[in-house]
Amino acid sequence: MFISETYRKIAADGIWNNNIVFGQNLALCPLLAVTGTATNGLGMGLATLVVIIASNGLISAARHLIPGEIRIPIFVLLIAALVTLVDILMNAWAHELYKVLGLFIALIVTNCALLGRAEAFASKQSVKHALWDGLMMGLGFTLVLVALGAAREISASGTLFANASVLLGESFRFLEVTVIPGYKGFLLMALPPGGFIMLAFLIVGKRLIDQKLATRKVPVTVLTPVIAEEES
Amino acid sequence: MKFDPATIMRLKEKIAVYREFLKKWLEPSNLAELRPKLEFQTGVLAGFALIASVLLGVTNCSTEGTIQRRLDEDLKKSLEEVVPAALYDNDLLLDTLNIPSAEYNIGANETTVYIAKKSGQVSAVCFKFTAPDGYSGAINMIMGIDRNANILGVRVLSHKETPGLGDKIEVAKSDWILKFTGRSLDNLAPAKWAVKKDGGEFDQFAGATITPRKSVQAIYRGLQLFKAHQEQLINPASHQSRDKE
Repeated sequence: MFISETYRKIAADGIWNNNIVFGQNLALCPLLAVTGTATNGLGMGLATLVVIIASNGLISAARHLIPGEIRIPIFVLLIAALVTLVDILMNAWAHELYKVLGLFIALIVTNCALLGRAEAFASKQSVKHALWDGLMMGLGFTLVLVALGAAREISASGTLFANASVLLGESFRFLEVTVIPGYKGFLLMALPPGGFIMLAFLIVGKRLIDQKLATRKVPVTVLTPVIAEEES
Repeated sequence: MKFDPATIMRLKEKIAVYREFLKKWLEPSNLAELRPKLEFQTGVLAGFALIASVLLGVTNCSTEGTIQRRLDEDLKKSLEEVVPAALYDNDLLLDTLNIPSAEYNIGANETTVYIAKKSGQVSAVCFKFTAPDGYSGAINMIMGIDRNANILGVRVLSHKETPGLGDKIEVAKSDWILKFTGRSLDNLAPAKWAVKKDGGEFDQFAGATITPRKSVQAIYRGLQLFKAHQEQLINPASHQSRDKE
């Protein structure tokens, strides 16, 4: 049961408690740059998901080889090589998808969350845990990207998941909805300042929910073993 | 090539020895001892750099051709969108002519024109051009023009305009760009080559005027470029002689 408890803790951390954006306030550069629409957010999220799983797995597998003194250059080297590799391979073999996601892939290099996970988690945990952490952190990040993209898209142009069929294929055309018909548009939300404003609202919302949850279950807290993230 | 069983046995033993050594060396306790040593650290960093560069180099070399082919396919596809396939029977990518275009402010000092020929006669031309002054950077476009200077089609290849507002210049998001088909400098007065807000013929978008305005102006300049070189472009004799140079 301990194993599943650990996995559940990692999942809860990645998706909610220690979410890359909400909990760690990392990865704001790619976050604000691409969340003009929910579709773009989803694209960036999926691309990041793949790379963060791979980088977590690789770094965890090589963790005994990597001396603490030179860990940062090695992490940077691995992540940059991985992103470039994904970029080249997608350009060659998944060209249609690359034309949509290409812009996002190169942006992943600027995502400090990957380095953050490598440093705080993957370099101290087993490969299985690191892969699971990458998956959950990636999912949590995707979730925020889609939520922020959706909020900005609805307030900027009144649509949701516009052009999802370009990213995911024709069968996902049903995702494209016009939420507010005849909406005149609110340019600010599509521009970078709108991203900051909407992100602030989302973070406030998350804090409020956390507060409510905390007041509801004060007395019955069973201390679960904290996983090694903070230990070593 | 065949090896006798004794050699194979010896090789197998050797491999087993190496594997044993590697396994012992990779033990966490052994690595923990090695890690503080400067030689080990240098070696590890060099090793990772070597692996990464070899991997990237090999991937780059082995995919270069494929990527070039994909880019050619892309170019061909965009050419086909602005020049109907019925109009030509030659390979557009091979039949090209470079003309100077610095004075037209369409992004490049020299523009490669792809020439469509049907049974040896030029039926249409097609070239890429750029509106360098879009709302957030260059808007790259491609245009097909028939031999009588009418637009066969215009498409936006890439741009950085505001998603949801300025990106309606893409054919995937709105049919705005299709309104140029059939237009020419002859059937539309110069003053009408503008958005409606400026007294012209073409729609602007709600919340985005600069993007369509600059696109219209660039298309107009593209047509002027064609007009200036029309004789040279639609007369096959002129580029045959050019090929030989």
